[in-house]
Amino acid sequence: MGKHVAAAGLAALAVAALAGCGTQAGGAEGGDASEGTTTLTVFAAASLKGSFEDLAGQFEAAHDGVDVQLSFAGSSDLVAQVQQGAPADVVASADTATMDKLVADDLVAAPQDFATNTLEIAVPPGNPAGVETLADLADPDVALVLCAPAVPCGAASAEVEEAAGLDLRPVSEEQSVTDVLGKVIAGEADAGLVYVTDVAAAGDDVEGVEFPESADAVNTYPIATVPHEAADATQDDLAREFVDLVLSDDGQQTLAGFGFAAP
Amino acid sequence: MTRTEQRTETAVGLPRWAFVPAAVGGLFVVLPLVAMATRVDWSSYWSLVTSESARAALVLSLQTSAASTAACLVLGVPMALVLARSRFPGIDLARSLVMVPLVLPPVVGGIALLYTFGRRGLLGETLQVAGVQIAFSTAAVVLAQTFVALPFLVTSLEGALRTAGARYEVVAASLGARPTTVLRRVTLPLVWPGLLSGAVLSFARALGEFGATITFAGSLQGVTRTLPLEIYLQRETDPDAAVALSLLLVVVAVLVIAATRRGRSPL
Repeated sequence: MGKHVAAAGLAALAVAALAGCGTQAGGAEGGDASEGTTTLTVFAAASLKGSFEDLAGQFEAAHDGVDVQLSFAGSSDLVAQVQQGAPADVVASADTATMDKLVADDLVAAPQDFATNTLEIAVPPGNPAGVETLADLADPDVALVLCAPAVPCGAASAEVEEAAGLDLRPVSEEQSVTDVLGKVIAGEADAGLVYVTDVAAAGDDVEGVEFPESADAVNTYPIATVPHEAADATQDDLAREFVDLVLSDDGQQTLAGFGFAAP
Repeated sequence: MTRTEQRTETAVGLPRWAFVPAAVGGLFVVLPLVAMATRVDWSSYWSLVTSESARAALVLSLQTSAASTAACLVLGVPMALVLARSRFPGIDLARSLVMVPLVLPPVVGGIALLYTFGRRGLLGETLQVAGVQIAFSTAAVVLAQTFVALPFLVTSLEGALRTAGARYEVVAASLGARPTTVLRRVTLPLVWPGLLSGAVLSFARALGEFGATITFAGSLQGVTRTLPLEIYLQRETDPDAAVALSLLLVVVAVLVIAATRRGRSPL
């Protein structure tokens, strides 16, 4: 008997949970319609988190009833998501190569470059391994962490390494620049190659060591709108307005505040 | 075992409605695997799964999973015995704590391990003084896998021990057998199927370990980049290779499960 009651209770809970999921999703949509708000979905590279949150706030302030939904992921993930039909209105990626894939698939309209980013050495506070130059990273006693060559920041690291004629032996090749930064912040690594903006965003958790060779690998960030099949003109206009904001003087100033350089 | 099954089939039967959700559940598990298999580029499958990086990842995965299963056995069997056969204050709490890695997101497990065995972790500095460097080593992968796989072994075995009961052990002890002899000659043979399935579950969990490994151990070919990490990385540049390797991982997992099913059937 007791077991039956428990089982029935569990079943009821499961049903309630499922129903809860349904109502939640439905409720959000219903709310949008009744209050007359529009949602603009922006997919952006992980490194744009701080700056795009700021820009989205500016956009919402200037557009009454518009809610900007931001989704951040690694650039390759972004591309895969958009290719699989994720409901993005605007896509901003961290390198032109990933954006080119979307252009090749005819999924985005005319990308425009809106920012650049360069590499910087990130070291834990106090720089325990005494890293001063790019060449110091080749020291076998320095536990170096890089991005894997398959991801944009790793490709940039490889370019810098080749241009400098160095042979870097990382202890780990991470999936994303956030993972590299995490290993440096945790003190597991003595040094890592990340973007200037990542060092800026990490605040006191890491120290940055600039190096002149970083000019050999400048990452350009393109942004593009995702045209809607059902000729949703207002949504397309809104998407274009967001892109215009990013490219405007105000937008560029915001980006500069987060360490990005102009394209 | 067979007697009970027969009774269920003939006398009680199963309510018909139960087959519908059961079939939906089955489809839910199988369909994604089928969908993935349809995406495999069969003409290049062999070259994709035998590439240098893929082989290194597979070998590393099998080695580390075997090592962590061994570690789970060494630690988990005594843990299950203590939890099932002894009484001490706080045993319920201990039982709950053992299960924590099961409900913890693996990334959280990885962070916890980092703060324990990492260079600046709780034990890290002591280990470093002793000349042991765990970060970014294969040992870190084994630690991460053992951490997430251990509860599977402990729970299976503890369940088996409780089901088996202590009757035969009491008899053996009353006939003068020492505790270690009882354990070796009576307890372990009785719970052998539970032990085996626990070990297989641990191995399978270790094989699929991703979150704790990437957080704690890093990712370097031949050292820490296991098959799941390789799949995740390949997705960046070569989705075909990622799908091919995913299927390889599924095949390995199915083989492991099938091998133990066959091993268990006589029992």
